[in-house]
Amino acid sequence: MSHSSAATAPNPALRHHFAEMEQQKNAASLGMWLFLVTEIMFFGGMFCAYLIYRLQHFNDFAAASQSLSIKLGATNTAVLITSSLTVVLAVHAARHGKRKLLVLYLLATIVLGCTFLGVKAVEYTDKFKEHHVPGPSFNFAPEYMQGHPEQSPVDMRHAEMFFSLYFVMTGMHALHMIIGVGLFSGLTWLAWKGRYTKDYYTPIEMAGLYWHFVDVVWIYLFPLLYLISRHR
Amino acid sequence: MSTTAIAVAEHENYLNKEYGIKSWLLTTDHKRIALLYLMSITFFFFIGGFFALLIRLELLTPAGDLVQADTYNKLFTMHGMVMVFFFLIPVVPATLGNFLVPMMIGAKDLAFPRINLLSWYLYMIGGVLIMHCMLTGGVDTGWTFYTPYSTAFTNTKIIEAGLAAFVAGFSSIFTGLNFIVTVHRMRAPGMTWSRLPLFIWSQYATSIIMILGTPVIAITIVLVAAERLFHLGIFDPKLGGDPLLFQHLFWFYSHPAVYIMILPSMGIISEIIPCFSRKRIFGYKFVALSSIGIAVLGFLVWAHHMFVAGMSVYAALVFSFLSFLVAIPSAIKIFNWTATMYKGSISYQTPMLYAFGFLGLFTIGGLTGLFLASLGIDVHVTDTYFVVAHFHYIMVGGVLMGYLGGMHFWWPKISGRMYPEGWGRLAALIVFIGFNLTFFPQFILGYLGMPRRYWDYSHMPEFQILNVLSTAGSTILGVGYLLPMVYFLWSMRYGKLAPDNPWNAAGLEWKTSSPPTTYNFDETPVVDFEAYDYEHIPDREVPGES
Repeated sequence: MSHSSAATAPNPALRHHFAEMEQQKNAASLGMWLFLVTEIMFFGGMFCAYLIYRLQHFNDFAAASQSLSIKLGATNTAVLITSSLTVVLAVHAARHGKRKLLVLYLLATIVLGCTFLGVKAVEYTDKFKEHHVPGPSFNFAPEYMQGHPEQSPVDMRHAEMFFSLYFVMTGMHALHMIIGVGLFSGLTWLAWKGRYTKDYYTPIEMAGLYWHFVDVVWIYLFPLLYLISRHR
Repeated sequence: MSTTAIAVAEHENYLNKEYGIKSWLLTTDHKRIALLYLMSITFFFFIGGFFALLIRLELLTPAGDLVQADTYNKLFTMHGMVMVFFFLIPVVPATLGNFLVPMMIGAKDLAFPRINLLSWYLYMIGGVLIMHCMLTGGVDTGWTFYTPYSTAFTNTKIIEAGLAAFVAGFSSIFTGLNFIVTVHRMRAPGMTWSRLPLFIWSQYATSIIMILGTPVIAITIVLVAAERLFHLGIFDPKLGGDPLLFQHLFWFYSHPAVYIMILPSMGIISEIIPCFSRKRIFGYKFVALSSIGIAVLGFLVWAHHMFVAGMSVYAALVFSFLSFLVAIPSAIKIFNWTATMYKGSISYQTPMLYAFGFLGLFTIGGLTGLFLASLGIDVHVTDTYFVVAHFHYIMVGGVLMGYLGGMHFWWPKISGRMYPEGWGRLAALIVFIGFNLTFFPQFILGYLGMPRRYWDYSHMPEFQILNVLSTAGSTILGVGYLLPMVYFLWSMRYGKLAPDNPWNAAGLEWKTSSPPTTYNFDETPVVDFEAYDYEHIPDREVPGES
């Protein structure tokens, strides 16, 4: 029925149940935003648990958080923010139909995502070596307390809880990063083959939204886990 | 021979357009996916029902003589898990909702047809996991997975059952997401928000709960699994955790989940009552917005499941007050449905009988909910059969009555055939009698003090008579549920061909053929009429009546 009204042939990417491309794109973007809402609720459960226990066992959580490396955490924050920039540039390139530039920025995003995961792996290894991984071999003896008997002692169980939540939260975040890298790998391949034009680049934009979301989660994780109450 | 002749005479529709297993398993047509869901959900309903019958059989005598105590724990756990996660939550949205949402708003399909199919596959993966879990030992924690029992003590298959609920949860997230986007972006020209059928409003409200609540149970399951697998101390008090946090997170989803179950059935009732009263719905806006009201308030009342769990009294007072507030939008619905029937020209077709059943049973279930929301009474009846009776009046008396009413109402549209009206009415009557006989005695049992989840009550043999009544009722109820399945299947082959609009009902889904074509409408409809415009629809003898 749209044949008579449409002057040009419909875009081959238009699916049968939509009347026009704009409707299809609006549906996709609303769907993606709603999906991100579910993601907020998913991470929300963990943030909620973390904040409650942090308030309940403030001293132990603050002590345990001292053992995280701000240097590595800050590096990763910078890497992720840069990757969000390359995603924006990729969407921009797609909008103007610049195929090679699009592929380039997508590849840059993948590299930055992998860098983040690599740094995270280094951090996890350090925690493992320091016996900060919850379980039978867990041990926590903060250096700054040695020779300072005035410091209130740290409850090992609660320090272990901090690390439990640290691993669950950053682990879930890393899982989302891995999914994101996989997503962008597929999109890069399709972009290289010329699937996306300036009239149809919705998947790039949607994957971009997802990537920004994962970035924002880290923007909250970093201060909550690494930064607050380090002033000792 | 005669049936083939009829089949040839039928127009091309979504059922006969393609044949073969592949055309079903790879379909993206929302109507076919609805039927896939219908078959699998019905299967799980009878599995869950089988467990229920075994539970009732065990309770026929005070002694624990039919099964072992462990087996009994597994029976009520698997009954709860299957019924909640694999029947009640998806039943109306995934079957009737899937079938009707695009049709009612004049769309060709849901916004994301492939995600819709994916949601069915996720449901099936969850289903296979739960079946495997069942057959290899099951779970004995109750469907609530309370910690630390679930994370530190039980040796049953918590992680597998949790994974099943996790995966099935994503199927309902995708269904909800699909519905919201479809309602926002796919409405036909002229289908304004104030013209939406109330079924759509209720599906919309349900979808909001699905996308906001389900992720929280997902992460809770992840945390339980992590605690069990890696001995992380999150909920286990021995490791420093707090079991109350688990209960908060669990009920933050699982209380709103009750509204995921009941709201769609309320939507069905809002469709049936105007049609069989031949009247416009009374107070359209109030009924529509009360669905949203229930969805919002539903998120603020979860801790009324925890009044005796060691919460502070002040918190309990607040949650008690908020729980009472849910009565307001629920009562708005009940009163407006009743007002719709007032001076209406009521006919007693099968869907309407179920609607009557819903009104009465939901009212009882809702009012006893107020008992439980008040702190004093709740302490007295917590963990007794009173609670069991209360939520079965909502879940079975409400959800199932609405679902069965809706199945009869839209069966002509789904299958293109009429079901046998006489049998339909008989089954509705049997369900109503069987239901009340099963669950009303449980109110009394609970009030007198019979605890739930007991397998042996030989120290209180005076409870036997009420338990016998309840067990007798459950067998009648079972017959009442088998009957519709039998005659629906029968009618697919031998039923009378259905006209496009057998009930002379309002709504876009009745303006297309029965069964509809693959794209629902030959031309995108233009809506220039209000919802439930029964004043302008001439009365006509409905076929079942003559």
